[in-house]
This record gives sequence, C-alpha cells and structure tokens, in this order.
Amino acid sequence: MRDMVKDKNSLTLEEVKHVAKLAKLNLSGEELLKFQKQLSGIIDYINKLKEVNTDEVEPTSQVTNLENVFREDEVKPSLTQKEVLSNTNSSYNGCFKVKAIFQE
Amino acid sequence: MELYQLSLKELIEGLKDKKFTRKEILVSFYTRIQKINPIVNAFLTVIGGNNWNDKEGELSGIPVGFKDIYVTKDIRTTAGSKVLENYIPQYNSTVVQKLVSKGATIVGKTNQDAWAHGSSGENSDFAPTKNPWNIDYVPGGSSSGSAVAVAAGMCPVAFGTDTGGSIRLPASFCNVVGLKPTYGRVSRYGIIAMASSHDSIGHFTRTVYDNALILNMTAGKDPCDATTSNTNVPDYTKNIKNGVKGLKIGLPKEYLAKGIDPNVEKIFKQVLQKYEGLGAKIIDISLPHTEYALAVYYIIQPSEVSSNLARYDGIRFGNDRNRFGQEAIRRIMLGTYTLSAGYYDAYYLKAMKVRTLLIQDFKKAYEKVDVIITPVSPTLPFKFGEKTDNPLAMYLSDILTVTMNLAGVPALSIPGGFVRGLPVGFQIVGPNFSEDLLYQVGYAYEQVTDWHKQKPKL
Amino acid sequence: MNNFEPIIGLEIHVELKTKSKMFCGCNADYFGHEPNTHCCPVCLGLPGALPVPNRRAVEWCVMLGLALNCEIPLLSKFDRKNYFYPDLPKGYQISQYDKPFCVNGWMEIYIKDVISNEVRNPGSIAAVKNIRFARSLANARDDNGSKKTIRIRRVHMEEDTGKLLHGVVNGEKCTLIDFNRSSVPLVEIVTEPDIRSSDEAKIFLKKLYQIIRYLGISDADMVKGSMRLEPNISVGIAASPSAPRNDNNKESELPSYKVEVKNINSFNFVKKAIDYEIERQIEILERGEIPKQETRGWDEKKGITYSQRSKEEAHDYRYFPEPDIPPIRWTTDQITKYKLQIPELPDKKLKRFIKEYGLSEYDAAILTEEKEVAEYYESGIKNYELRIKNEKVNITPKIIANWIINKKVNISRVTPEELVKLISQKQQTVQIDEKELDKIIDEILSDNQKAVNDYKAGKTQVLMFLLGMVMRGLAGKGDTALIRKLLEKRLQ
Repeated sequence: MRDMVKDKNSLTLEEVKHVAKLAKLNLSGEELLKFQKQLSGIIDYINKLKEVNTDEVEPTSQVTNLENVFREDEVKPSLTQKEVLSNTNSSYNGCFKVKAIFQE
Repeated sequence: MELYQLSLKELIEGLKDKKFTRKEILVSFYTRIQKINPIVNAFLTVIGGNNWNDKEGELSGIPVGFKDIYVTKDIRTTAGSKVLENYIPQYNSTVVQKLVSKGATIVGKTNQDAWAHGSSGENSDFAPTKNPWNIDYVPGGSSSGSAVAVAAGMCPVAFGTDTGGSIRLPASFCNVVGLKPTYGRVSRYGIIAMASSHDSIGHFTRTVYDNALILNMTAGKDPCDATTSNTNVPDYTKNIKNGVKGLKIGLPKEYLAKGIDPNVEKIFKQVLQKYEGLGAKIIDISLPHTEYALAVYYIIQPSEVSSNLARYDGIRFGNDRNRFGQEAIRRIMLGTYTLSAGYYDAYYLKAMKVRTLLIQDFKKAYEKVDVIITPVSPTLPFKFGEKTDNPLAMYLSDILTVTMNLAGVPALSIPGGFVRGLPVGFQIVGPNFSEDLLYQVGYAYEQVTDWHKQKPKL
Repeated sequence: MNNFEPIIGLEIHVELKTKSKMFCGCNADYFGHEPNTHCCPVCLGLPGALPVPNRRAVEWCVMLGLALNCEIPLLSKFDRKNYFYPDLPKGYQISQYDKPFCVNGWMEIYIKDVISNEVRNPGSIAAVKNIRFARSLANARDDNGSKKTIRIRRVHMEEDTGKLLHGVVNGEKCTLIDFNRSSVPLVEIVTEPDIRSSDEAKIFLKKLYQIIRYLGISDADMVKGSMRLEPNISVGIAASPSAPRNDNNKESELPSYKVEVKNINSFNFVKKAIDYEIERQIEILERGEIPKQETRGWDEKKGITYSQRSKEEAHDYRYFPEPDIPPIRWTTDQITKYKLQIPELPDKKLKRFIKEYGLSEYDAAILTEEKEVAEYYESGIKNYELRIKNEKVNITPKIIANWIINKKVNISRVTPEELVKLISQKQQTVQIDEKELDKIIDEILSDNQKAVNDYKAGKTQVLMFLLGMVMRGLAGKGDTALIRKLLEKRLQ
C-alpha cells in the first residue's frame, strides 16, 4: 500500500528508470544518471520536512476555502469537429489517429 | 516624451483629452517593439501590422502583452516550450477575453521559462529574455518577457503568472510593479497550468495606480474556474491615496536571516525607513515555519506539474513528450516520484500538512499587523549561466516568494532602488483579498520615491 | 478432496444520463453522433482548460448511494488518477480516491431456486426471463435461508474516457480516437467480495440495474456501454464442508490473488465469464499452483476469458486531491432532501403491492420489475377506483394485474384508462348470469308469441329479431353468441 513510509535520501538508478517510465519520458542513459544525481540532491533538501511535527495537523490541498462549487446541468455549444482536429496532422474520418494500440 | 513612455493612466487620460489618437499610441509602441525586442527578446510572437482591436471600451487603443502561457484564440501559444511551438489555440483564456472585450490590443505573446519553470528566464526553449538594465544579466523569471516588455516601454501593461514568485521576482529585477493576487481572485481558465493550487494570475505595470486599474478589470468569479472567489471586487483605485499613517507593517525576522545579499538588505532597510517616515509602525513578527516553505513548495509544485504536463502526449495538439526541456523533465520526474506508491505520505501528505502550518503563520501574523513587508529576492539580478548547472541554487531564488503561493495570500512587488545599476524590489504582503490595501501601501511609497520613473537605457 | 469456494466481487460502471457532461457543458448524449463533435477545451484536455462539476451528476451519485443503503460522508472530494492512455486526454482521470461520495452500503438479494428455475424454464426470450426472475424472487421471499446481503464498499463519481476504434488505414494498423464520450459522468459501484456464485452475481446485477432504472439516472443500456460490468474472481478453500464460511469474510481470509475480467456487457456473459474463471482457477489450484493475479478479457464468441498482456508492469495511479475542484461538504438536511427524492424502490413497492392490492408475490414481482409497469398498474387502479364510484363494475386489482401480466397489453399504446374501460366491458359481458338471461328470454318469448310461431313454421330469419329484442333488454351488454345459442335451444 501507498501508506508505507520509506525513509531515504537518494534514488537508485532503477527507481529513476521506473519514474521515467511512469511519466512516459524516454531518457538516455546519460540523462538517467544526471537526474539520479540531481533528484537525489533535491530529495535530500526536501527531507528537512521530517523535522516538523505535523501529528495534529490537517493537510491543505486547496487554499480557497471554497466548497460545493458546481455548474448547473446545461448544455453549452461544443467546438466543431474541424476546430477539435485543428492542431493535429494525424486524423482520419473525423477521429484522431495514432499507431495501433495492441490489444489481443 | 514619447507615447511609449507614458503610464496606462496617462495614456487613457490623454486619449480622453484628445492629446493623441489610438493609432498614434499603437504605432509608438509597435515601433518601440520593432526596435527593442531584437535586443531583449521579450516577445516570442509580435502581432504587428494593422491587427488592432477596434472594439470600443476602456482599453481601446491600449497595447497589452500576454505571457505565452495565456491561451489566445488563433494566436500561437507556446508556454515557452518546443512541445507547443506550433500550437494555435481554439479558445481564449478568460482574462484575455475580458481585456479584448474592453478594447485592448494584443501586441504580442511574451517570452518565459518553459511552462513557467524557472527564476531567471533562461529555461525558455527558444532564447532567453535579457534584462533591459544590463543585458548581461537575467531579468528574473518565469514571466521574464512581460516584465521586460513593461520595463522597456514595449507595452504599458503585460500579464504574467506567479506560482512561486514568477511575477514578483522579474518585477523586482526589472524595476516594475508586479502583482501576485490572492489565489482565486483572478480566473485561471485558459492559462496553461503549472501548479494548479499555486498559480496566481497577475500583471506588470509601471505604476501602482495602473496596476490597480487593471485588477479592476480582471478580478472576479469565473464560472469556468471553480476556484475563483465570490468575494466582492472593490474599485482598487478608490482608497489608493489613503496613506500609511498609523498602519502596522510587520517585519518577519525569518526573511532577513542568513543568505540575504547585504546590498539587498541595505535597500530594504531604506524602504522601512521611508515607511516609518510616512507614519507607519514597523513591528517585528515571526512566521516560524518559513524555513520549510521551499521544501513544501518543491514537493507540491512538481507533483502538480507532473500531472498537469501529462496531457502533452502529441495526439490532440503539439509535439510529443520527447520535446520537453531539461527543467520540465526534472520537475515531472521529481513530482512523479513524490506522488508514487510508498512515498506519498512521506512527501505529498507531509507537505500538505506543513502547508497548513504556513497558512496559520500568516493568520497569526495578521492578528498583529495590517501588512507584511519583505525583500523579493535574496540576491541582486545575476548573470546568465550563473545558476544553470545547479538546480537547487536556482530554486533558492524563490525562497522569499514561494510562501505566499503556498498560503494563497496576495503580494505586490514594488521598485525599491538600485545597486550598481541593477534594480532591487520589495514586496508588500497582505491577508487574503486585501489587494486594495496593498495598493494603498505601495502607492504611498511610490509617491515619495522616483525609482519607478527611471528608464533603462537601451 | 478440497472444498473450493468462489470469492467474487463486482465493479460496475454506469454512465449517468445528465444533459451535459461531468465537467463541461458539452452534450452528454454522445451515442451515434459524428466523432469529435461533442467536445470542448475541457473534455479534450486542451491546455489551460479547467473542470467544473455538474451538480445533477453529483446529486444522482449520492441518490444511488442512498438507494444502496450507503453512508454519505459529509466531506468528500475529487482526486486525480494519473495514467497514460490515448483515450484519456488529460493524462489523468478525475475520480475519487479516499473520500468517495458513498460508502458502506448493502443490498439484499434472494437466491433460492434460481438454478432449478433455470432448468424448469429453458426459454430464452426476455419476457420469459423476467418472469422467471420474478418467480425466483417470489419463491425466495421471506425464506431466511435464501436471503443474502451483499455489502457495497463504495459508490463514487468519475468521468468516462474517449472511445478507441481499432482499424486499418492505408494498409496500416492504427487506432482512432473519438472524444465525444470523454468526460461523460460515470458512477462506479464496488461491492465487497461477498458473492459466492455466478448466479448470485447475476441476481445482484439485475437488481442493481432495476434500482438504477427506478432512479431514472441512467439508461443502463449494456449494448450501448452505459452499464459496464467487471467481476473479480478468485477461488478459496472453505474451512470445512460442514462449517461453511460466513458470508462476510475478513480480508485476511481471502485468497492471495484476484482475477479481474474487464468490461463485460451482459448479465449472462458475466455469469458465463465467472463460471469459466471458476473452472479455470480450480484446475490450476488442483495442480497445486496459484492462479496469476491479472486482468483478463472476455471473448463472447468463444465463451472464454483470455489474458490481456499488461501494457505497464506496474500500475501506480499517483492519486492526489484535484486542485481545480473545491471539496464538497453536505449538510444532514441536504442528505435528507436527497433521501426524500428517491422514489419507492422495487423491494418496498413489491411488499406494498402485496399488502395493498392483495396480489401474490409472483404477480407483484412481475409488476414491480420495471418502474413504468408498476406506475401503469397503479394508474389503472386509480382509474378503476373512480369507475367503482360511478358505475357498478366488478373489477379487482388482481384482475387488472392479470390483464397486464397475461394479456400482455402494450403499455405504451393503451392508456391505463383505456385498459380499465376494456376490462370493465369484458367483465360486464361475462357478469350477466344465465338465470337472469333465462328470465329475460322467457319474457321476450312470451311477449312475441307471433315471432315464436313464425320461427317454428320455418321462418328462421326471425331469430335475429328475437336476438335484438333480448339484447335491448340487456341494454347491449349481452354476449350475442351465447344468447343466440340459448334462443335456438328454447325454440327447438
């Protein structure tokens, strides 16, 4: 489970590779090594938060203090198909076209 | 005096008094852009020719620049990144729409650190913007082009975004007025998201008054942005001349701790003296969790960045993910890591809790004082290349500005003086939705100094 | 020999039939429209666009939760579920992670005799199935041994993805993407692994379908994909045959693996897929191995499940609170208000029909199968109650029920009022008893002695005259065929 707390100050190369894969980034071996070093440095810095006692503290994910913001269920105009496809050069029959995603 | 040297207020009044025409204004600024932009590289896209907005409104004849992170219909919008080098948006952001409907003419899209990631402008995937006060120095980032466009007289108003200091820092480095409004005061709709819970939509002007005029037009609830506030939008120019007599100004000790350039500190002390001279009371306060703010910021911000940049897959628009620059990759990697299984509690959740403590720091401080004053940058503007190899050193440029984004409070960066010909600014920080008070405090200082009247020699 | 026991949980996705999409104003009625014509910056994930939640969709999600006996936590929020797939325009789906709108619900199902009914009624048309289902419910009701509670872990709100079409363009295999479905409101219902057979799963799903249709929040049309079913199946070993497991197992007792079968679009396929999986997994377990934890597809033609090569070795959705949408906080008054908006649900209606109208469970079950039929029936009853006051007709709720159940009236063509009129005419026709008829015929014959004589003399055409006279005496309500027969008999 994600709740497990790991305690560490640097990243292994394997972790950097895994993170790159999750983020869908193709990195060269050289880049992976560079980011391993740089990310480890930053992680080391942000680990200073461990000093802070947050036992009784609620997390803040929003600073607005707003609650219950909705829109009413009303239909508004959409873009035209031409507008939707205006920024791609890979379309077919009104659809975006990508290389086949294999699903057997 | 050339028209491009006038403030927004002077231009609007001059038009009313028929001292000059809209066309004369636009030609003056357009000519200035043609001459200066090749030197400072403030605009990524210049919209020249006769593309003037002929709509009647408060801003008819007024040229404005938008950071290239504001989505503009039918005008290329890159966010400073090669991923979007050919992206032509299908819609306008709310702020752009508001300005255009008031008659403003978009003269161009301004340069920036790609995706607003950066404190110097050097992370632009195109070419960096230069500081008009000395082109060997960075203008500050990430809204570098907009700050420079206003500082160098290429438009009287330019828009930026402030996620960790991206308006205040370049305002300070370029000697212009820059507002980071309260989070939720101005709509984020149509502004390419960096870190959604921090992104504040503000602007640069040459004077405090001009800045207030523009906030009158941009502030307010937007049905397209669920995080905008219903809080009443006052006339921000109304109390601007009320002065600071008897006002309690907080001086947080943590903001003058180690690491501040003595030159910056010296200028800042002079600012405090001016305020005392104007009748304000300077009160020592503490924002005790300040030293953790940057660490909180560098967890939450990259986490949100990693998610916000996931839509750039090259399918519906733009190039694919191989075109991301190094800084974007660094933040995506960092954010993906801090959100990933096993680390969420140690990083993201922990950061959200410390964020709560930072908010409480401000709340407690505002029980004692009306506003808080601090320097904007711990250093003077620095030279190109000085920090590019050390991301952490670059991140430390934001150490005095990120806390306001974490807390959501508004802050106004004001020109405070010069050191060796390089500008130094300071910021006035208030409680949520106190922009009118910030303008009042900023205006009082501006009236007794003439930093804002200085023009870079180009 | 091992005593194997299937452990089954269900995940069900239901598209809500709101007018507009979940987070933007695009028309949510996307089915059958030209591709990419129901899209805007928000549902296309264009740079800078922001979501604003649809109030009605959220309210409907809460109402469904309430209908499934869920608790509604007063504080709830949206989260981002991050993953890459070409049908997911933002690179994340707005969903709910640790604070869903509805939690800890339950549904009662009635399971007795399902299997024997399957055998007794091998028919396959929908009507027969419905009746069979109703009967299985009716037979089971009030029988403690056959009532079972399936716990519902959560009901949460999210957005649908775009649609992928796989094809060949210019000789090259490719995938086409249509974003019309992107961001259509989607509710996900997750049960606890309390289900022990494919039949239980099917009964649960049918009842869920029924409730959703009662609430009127979705067509739940499985052919169109507006209701999508995903069973997860594993097989455990029961402690001992004489001491069967408790229904509500603790997590720790569950098998160490779980097989998820994705996106099935009919109740029967769910049943078949579960049966196939149980058999497949038992085979593996009997070899002394443990089935692999995986996601499998369902091949409806071959009637088998198949391993779907996982595109990513590890799913790590990196959930975090959606910063673009403020949290949702309900008041208890609001929740009460939503509760009041929930129409009478099938179980309650069925019990009431039995009590109020004196129906058998069998009849009541059929009439409450669909809300429209139940409402039609009650509307018919109201009509007949009016008639009872005005005219002396002799109709009972049972008679109306029989008409609807057996005569198969087309409720979309015949109004309840017309139906009651029809029934009352027929009823009156047969109501005239033969003694009374004999009396009238006697009177007519003695009053018209001439005609009787003519008939006897061979002028048989006078029969029509006499028939007319009798009908007049009956004020037109008589059954002509019967009267004719009686007249002929008397005149012989």
